[in-house]
Amino acid sequence: MSTAEISAADPAPRRLASARGSRFEPFFHTACFVAATTLLATLGAVLVLLAIGGWPAIAKFGVGFLTQNTWDPVADVYGAAGPILDTLLVAALAMAIAMPIAGGVAFFLVELCPPVLRRPIGTAVELLAGIPSIVYGMWGLFVFAPVFAKWVEIPAMSAAPAGSIWATIFQGIPNGTGLLAASIILAFMILPFMAATLRDLLATVPAQVRESAYGLGATTGEVVMKVTLPYVRRGAIGAAMLGLGRALGETMAVTFIIGNSHDFPKGLFDAGSTIASTIANEFNEASGMQASALIALGLVLFLITFAVLALARLMLRNQARL
Amino acid sequence: MNKIIAAAMFATVALGAAANAANLSGAGATFPAPVYAKWAEEYKAKTGNALNYQAIGSGGGIKQITANTVDFGASDMPLKPDVLATDGLQQFPTVIGGVVPVMNLPGIKPGEVRITGPILADIYRGIRKFWDDPVLVSYNKGVKLPHLPITVVHRSDGSGTTFLFTSYLSMNAAHWASGPGANVSVNWPVGIGGKGNDGVAAFVKQTPGAIGYVEYAYAKQNHMTYALMRNKSGRWVAPTAEAFAASAAGAKWGAAPGYYLLLLDQPGANAWPISGATFILMHAKQANAQTGHDVLAFFDWSYKNGNPAAEGLDYVPLPEGVKGLIRKSWLKITGPDGKPVYK
Repeated sequence: MSTAEISAADPAPRRLASARGSRFEPFFHTACFVAATTLLATLGAVLVLLAIGGWPAIAKFGVGFLTQNTWDPVADVYGAAGPILDTLLVAALAMAIAMPIAGGVAFFLVELCPPVLRRPIGTAVELLAGIPSIVYGMWGLFVFAPVFAKWVEIPAMSAAPAGSIWATIFQGIPNGTGLLAASIILAFMILPFMAATLRDLLATVPAQVRESAYGLGATTGEVVMKVTLPYVRRGAIGAAMLGLGRALGETMAVTFIIGNSHDFPKGLFDAGSTIASTIANEFNEASGMQASALIALGLVLFLITFAVLALARLMLRNQARL
Repeated sequence: MNKIIAAAMFATVALGAAANAANLSGAGATFPAPVYAKWAEEYKAKTGNALNYQAIGSGGGIKQITANTVDFGASDMPLKPDVLATDGLQQFPTVIGGVVPVMNLPGIKPGEVRITGPILADIYRGIRKFWDDPVLVSYNKGVKLPHLPITVVHRSDGSGTTFLFTSYLSMNAAHWASGPGANVSVNWPVGIGGKGNDGVAAFVKQTPGAIGYVEYAYAKQNHMTYALMRNKSGRWVAPTAEAFAASAAGAKWGAAPGYYLLLLDQPGANAWPISGATFILMHAKQANAQTGHDVLAFFDWSYKNGNPAAEGLDYVPLPEGVKGLIRKSWLKITGPDGKPVYK
């Protein structure tokens, strides 16, 4: 009697849907499994193909490919120490510029911003992240470079006393291009992503924590530096690492403005070339050993980026455990 | 008997249909892409036959035609006769262009500064570092060359323009031939690299004292400050359409197997010393005679009717005599039956 009552009370459509749902379940599982494993397989295939394609160069030049700096497509001798060093240098400089600014944007949005401005500024930051990199490159070369040369490079070079360390640091051609210019453009590009992630992280800090700090008489600066930032520290490092991953692989904007010289840079205003810019420049017309050397460069970048992202994942996991 | 007639009729109809629906594909050099696109547009309006050209770069064009994925390839670098023979390819030039040294010198107008091949090689090697170098001054009496460091600008991407330019430097200076050499990209001893013609032009414009090299059409359309060059006859010439045409006219095309000819330092009083043709690559043995016929019909039509379009885009058409030679050489492109695909 009671069983009949229950089944009568139970709405029939739901039971029907559930029956259909359980039939669908295996397909859903398979689809998700295929999607996930395809991604993994693609990643593995890329790694394997890069290794195979780059093998002739790796076998011929060995460790010298990483430590020597000659890039001679005519004599077919390749050593990529210059591009590898520049990649790390430009990415590090971009991070050094972008991190404090991203922090400032995020703190302002979470702690100080009047509610009216919060949405527009937040949206603007997200929109900035969506601008194609070629636009940044064009803007960097045609708009930013002349201004940078006139107001930064030339004054810095004339102000540096001859023979001092500054004269060495500011060495180069004052035309608004080079390592520092590329780093600044790169910083603009990774900034929005990092600021948006950091803003979301800061928003996760419980109101009680923040308000008790204010209650104890802390200033806004003290709350940010001593309470909220330490609270999201690990996640913030993860966000920075993801920004670094993008900085390492950014191609088009850097190609436009870095000056594309394979030599070791002599100063911050000197021309350089990154791994990604070298590949973008030369792959189109490369064949034989040069193509192989470029693929090997791709493998090096893949490994560097992989290491960075693995580190980020590790930190994000620790953050989740907290 | 009826069967044979029917078969013949069917074949004719099929061939006719194929000709009507011709859809040709080519890939390669970026330099001639605008003129090929223009020719294709006009050709389609006249004949209904479509041609799709992908500007993927000369190296890509050579790879694609060797792999047989396109009906014709295009390259700014002619292939050497032995390479053509090994890969079973035929090549012929379509239009002429060239390379122009451009610079940024305060107070200097286009065509005021005179440069020779050896000096250009010295500059690109980093041997001559200032614009008031005594050797430069000796060729430029009466021109106020400033005491500015020379900033060398080159292409950063692999390019037929770089191949032509470095080939010219190799011809003019032993130190360049034995040093960086000639290729689509080389190990530049000094300078900075811009991506594409516009990248080089931007670097030159933004750097007082810079010297770079760009394609003739680009230099002309952007009114860049070009240099006068000394040609083989010892005369100073400006980069004009006539100077490029003179270079092509003076060349000995007939004596060059596979038209392997770089129009560098060609004889002729008005010849521009850094000129070059761009080339089409086709398989000497066409798997499909109709496709081969259609491709050659397109280029034959373009030779006949394409000069105004080419000139409008600042390319230099081939001299008529050269076109005649090329048409004769098309007889070497045969179908599966060994007969020429186009007459």
